[in-house]
Amino acid sequence: MPPILDIRNLYKSYGTTEILKDINVTIEPGDFLVLVGPSGCGKSTLLNCIAGLEDISGGAIHIGGQDMTDVAPKDRNIAMVFQSYALYPTMTVAKNITFGMKVRGVDQATQDHKLAEVARQLQIEPLLSRKPAQLSGGQRQRVAMGRALVRDPKLFLFDEPLSNLDAKLRVEMRTEIKKLHHNLGASMVYVTHDQIEALTLATKIVVMKGGVIQQIGTPSEIYNRPANLFVADFMGSPSMNLIPARTQRMGETTQIEIARPDGPPLVLQDTRRPDLPADIILGLRPEDIGAPGFRQGPLVQTSPCRVDVVEPAGADTYIVAHLGGKEVTARFHAETEAQPGSPLEFAFDLTKAAYFAPNSGERLN
Amino acid sequence: MTDFSTANRSMPPPPSRMRRTGGVKRALLRWLLFAGLGVFALFYLMPLFVMLTTSLKSLEEIRTGSLVALPRTVTFDAWHTAWSQACSGIKCEGLRPYFMNSVLIAVPAVAISTMIGALNGYVVAHWRFRGANIIFSLMLFGCFIPFQVVLLPMARMLGLMGLAGTIPGLIFVHVIYGIGFTTLFFRNYYVSVPGELVKAAKVDGAGFLRIFWSIFLPLSLPIFVVTIIWQFTQIWNDFLFGVSFSQAGTQPVTVALNNIVNSTTGVKEYNVDMAAAIIAALPTLLVYVVAGKYFIRGLTAGSVKG
Ligand SMILES: Nc1ncnc2c1ncn2[C@@H]1O[C@H](COP(=O)(O)OP(=O)(O)O)[C@@H](O)[C@H]1O
Ligand SMILES: [Mg+2]
Repeated sequence: MPPILDIRNLYKSYGTTEILKDINVTIEPGDFLVLVGPSGCGKSTLLNCIAGLEDISGGAIHIGGQDMTDVAPKDRNIAMVFQSYALYPTMTVAKNITFGMKVRGVDQATQDHKLAEVARQLQIEPLLSRKPAQLSGGQRQRVAMGRALVRDPKLFLFDEPLSNLDAKLRVEMRTEIKKLHHNLGASMVYVTHDQIEALTLATKIVVMKGGVIQQIGTPSEIYNRPANLFVADFMGSPSMNLIPARTQRMGETTQIEIARPDGPPLVLQDTRRPDLPADIILGLRPEDIGAPGFRQGPLVQTSPCRVDVVEPAGADTYIVAHLGGKEVTARFHAETEAQPGSPLEFAFDLTKAAYFAPNSGERLN
Repeated sequence: MTDFSTANRSMPPPPSRMRRTGGVKRALLRWLLFAGLGVFALFYLMPLFVMLTTSLKSLEEIRTGSLVALPRTVTFDAWHTAWSQACSGIKCEGLRPYFMNSVLIAVPAVAISTMIGALNGYVVAHWRFRGANIIFSLMLFGCFIPFQVVLLPMARMLGLMGLAGTIPGLIFVHVIYGIGFTTLFFRNYYVSVPGELVKAAKVDGAGFLRIFWSIFLPLSLPIFVVTIIWQFTQIWNDFLFGVSFSQAGTQPVTVALNNIVNSTTGVKEYNVDMAAAIIAALPTLLVYVVAGKYFIRGLTAGSVKG
């Protein structure tokens, strides 16, 4: 079976500005692919290219093994949900949902049947005769989903569908979209700038920046083995600590030396003995730094550091210290007694440590 | 409790006198403003009042009475004459045939130029093509070309097309001249329609015309009203094109009115002239009264929310 979506060496420019550069992505049936990246990095443009709403400047897009270059959006067997929902303002909810079928000449009985089915699925039956202006944000969102669902397409495209909802509704709809994906077994491309959405929804994440793909992988790969400084910084919340350090290979270990504003440098030993340049950036997530004894293992080392800030966050308390000229966040128990300005014993677990080259930002281990 | 009362007592006395003088000043200003506006309104209504009363008087009464006096006996004779008997040049058939000419010119010209403007505006706002900006700028430029400049070339064009002196010729001229404005109106209205709406419709399978018909037209009522009022007023009130490109029998009502007023020999029939002028102005007046509300709303509306 051919991949549902296969993008090869895709380029897209507006005039002389290159928006997308050498994009290569493949989606297998049932994949939930999330395109994530900061605003303006070209996510919507890529989605529009897949939908056929924008012409591409180079490369090829295949859907279901078929070249889409000269295929109109309506013939690509896709459905799309837009950021602004893009509901037709003068049509009722029912008309909004059936408009596509009407245009394609589907008979009335089928239209009614499918409308009823989707309305039941999304629990929007009471809204069918309303106009979009009479709906709340969450209801509009559902209608927009309904319009995509009746299509029963090979591929769903979502462009930041939750970004206009308030925080609570966003979490609810997120769960619902995930359920929907599970129940339908459909293939989806989902655009967001919210890395949490990406990590919770995706089976596969594409991280983009400035029109270039930074990394493709499962949520766990992206989170645990970021390919460069950008991905490390962008994915995860609170974000990964990126600490400038100097290294030296000494006998059995690679020694990592981190400057401290007061007192001697913090020295950590990586007994796996990675081969690193003299200057690196050490990437360590907040949950890999904690109270002594929070983890066991050969790569866990403790050292006292001066506490800068204490941030209680309910289940955990985040403690910030100055290391290597950066604010470094560590995750401690909620009950931790810590005073800003006084020293506290920190444990560092290097098991998942990432080492980056300071100039290129590329991962070294 | 005690704290509260002492605090209250220690506050300075309310500046009631100051406030009152300020209030007086404001009221005075407001009255001055209203008085000023009233004077302006009177100034504008005065001619209409004189026209209306004069048209209802007999010639005898006009000669003997005061200009601003109400008619002693109301008579519609002047209106009858103006409508069906007044002489312009050698013919004495009143305004009626020319009024009909104006209707025959204005209705199709308004309809055609508005439809074309709607389509143009839709294209310029949502179907960008190479050179769209240049074409739109040229259309805007067209709005500001003085009428006089196009008179001779247009006369030649109409001659070549075999439309010189005909009503279709006048329709053609008004359509051409109106497209710039109508396009501008519709373009400015349609740019506020989100582009994602068009994209959604494309994914749904709708094409160029279907999207226009099913999505844009239904939300265009306010801008249609604005455009129709504007175009109708322009075309109905036009004199220059009417006098330049018509011939005996195809003249619009404005030209006929001019001829009636100017060609009276002997006694000047002021009441007939006034009645004729009101008749000629009535349709535009009517359009404003019926659709003026939409006109204001359409001019100010931010139009569409998805
Ligand atoms: N029609 C266009 N003409 C020129 N530049 C555009 C156009 N559409 C988008 N862009 C530019 O392309 C870049 C990517 O835009 P977009 O795909 O919307 O970003 P994202 O969805 O990731 O926020 C932006 O810098 C934007 O300014
Ligand atoms: Mg976007």
